[in-house]
Amino acid sequence: MKILVCISHVPDTTSKINFSDDNTTFDTNGVQFVINPNDEFGLTRAMWFKEKQGASVTVVNVGGPETEPTLRKALAIGADEAIRVNTIATDGFSVAKQLANVINSGGYNLVIAGRESIDYNGGMVPGMIAGLINANFVNNCIELEVDGNSAKATREIDGGKETVTTSLPLVIGGQKGLVEESDLRIPNMRGIMMARKKPLNVLEPVNANPETTSVSFEKPTPKGAVTLVSPDNLDELVNLLHNEAKVI
Amino acid sequence: MSVLVYTESEQGAFKKAAFEVASYAKAVANQLGTTVTAVSINVNDTSALGNYGVDKVLNISNSQLDNFNANAYASAIKQAAEKENTQVVIVSSTADSKYLAPLLAVGLNAGYASNVVEAPSSTSPFTVKRTAFTNKAFETTQINTDVKIVGVSNNAFGLVENSVSASAEDFSPSIPDLGVTVKSVDKATDKVTIADAEIVVSAGRGLKGPENWGMIEELADVLGAATACSKPVSDLGWRPHGEHVGQTGKPVASNLYIAIGISGAIQHLAGINASKVKVVINTDPEAPFFKAADYGVVGDAFQVVPELIEKLKAFKAQQ
Repeated sequence: MKILVCISHVPDTTSKINFSDDNTTFDTNGVQFVINPNDEFGLTRAMWFKEKQGASVTVVNVGGPETEPTLRKALAIGADEAIRVNTIATDGFSVAKQLANVINSGGYNLVIAGRESIDYNGGMVPGMIAGLINANFVNNCIELEVDGNSAKATREIDGGKETVTTSLPLVIGGQKGLVEESDLRIPNMRGIMMARKKPLNVLEPVNANPETTSVSFEKPTPKGAVTLVSPDNLDELVNLLHNEAKVI
Repeated sequence: MSVLVYTESEQGAFKKAAFEVASYAKAVANQLGTTVTAVSINVNDTSALGNYGVDKVLNISNSQLDNFNANAYASAIKQAAEKENTQVVIVSSTADSKYLAPLLAVGLNAGYASNVVEAPSSTSPFTVKRTAFTNKAFETTQINTDVKIVGVSNNAFGLVENSVSASAEDFSPSIPDLGVTVKSVDKATDKVTIADAEIVVSAGRGLKGPENWGMIEELADVLGAATACSKPVSDLGWRPHGEHVGQTGKPVASNLYIAIGISGAIQHLAGINASKVKVVINTDPEAPFFKAADYGVVGDAFQVVPELIEKLKAFKAQQ
């Protein structure tokens, strides 16, 4: 099994989100970047495939040199090698196209990406990769077992879950459930030292025109203070929800 | 040339999201001066779509499509889009629509914008507003391709009645290799799903144990709401994983979100912030959720919730 784990380099959840003065770009000043949480579940599941079934694990990111610490962290967690496609990620389609090229030239048969990144929340890269390389695709995947060329997966559906069978080559849109939060690994000193020596290959991008363009950003209008209702006066809460908020 | 909308169904009946995306499609069609064509799969009676401005329905009946299959569904919608010479395709934000949309985008060489919250601000260039940074910001995005796909965020546009008489036409697309075969489905059929719900009642560790969820389910029942829970609750196994809402769980974009015994960690708030009105019930007035909520009750859930159920029952009886 030759696994490629797609890693998005995203602002930590607790980061304050700010934009440039003209609101056209995300302001990265003072922002702590991390491995996208949905990708980290997939990376950990890939480590289990490596340890139990002898899979090789490559991690990949599309981005500038500033994203390399995130890839090094993935190497410290245990991936064998890393690839950075040297271009600024513009939209989901162009990222998927770069990744499809990496997959085609590297011969990976299992691609694990997060169901969405927590920055742009496009939720399209895994599916677009599958469409571009003509592989099977399971989204919102919460369990995955691979035996030879066959795979059994469980995906979360609205109101429950569904178990499916499929075969490699396979693209996974992963999320919590592939492994649990308590299974996530924090790199230890040995891992960090070893990661420095592991290959991080920089590939030049292929031509991929973005299909969508980000024009501007805005923050939601600040919310007013909470209206407190006494627990002894719940009629007032019902009244407010009905007459003021008009939601019941 | 028409606007094509994929109207999702379940067990032969349209989901609420189908009517919302139909309403959205009608708004786009009005902007473009064209009509709305819907694609429906294995629905017996599609006439209800006419209430939301759908002019024509392409009816697909095929037992191979009884179970959702992203590849086959995307292929069927692609063939419908090509037949109708479609410029804009509208889909919802259900798990299934989000699964098929990227495949459809590749098939149609279409740019895809997901989590869109408003009708396009312009159709040339085609510009939409969507949520980004897990609801901490909005992004205005331009779709540059000839064919465009818009994924509409749940409960963002609402239902807009627009009565026309929808004509129906049978449509038989070719079905590709499924690639992925459904073995079993584990789903509560009698409950409102989080994706389809207008109201979500959610509870956290403040409830002290899974045996105390009866009142949460009763409150949800009175409101016709879906039930949800915080991450610690699903990690502890008190409630199924599918109920976990928040950044790494299911996103919520309901009209009303009621949080009971949930402190409001930033990861939780990120996942539910798209909800329009938020109510928090918590004993701790310092809980961060009070800063995010519209209405709050500082009190013990074990007293407040049963009493709120009684008040709501009385309110519903009056309506």
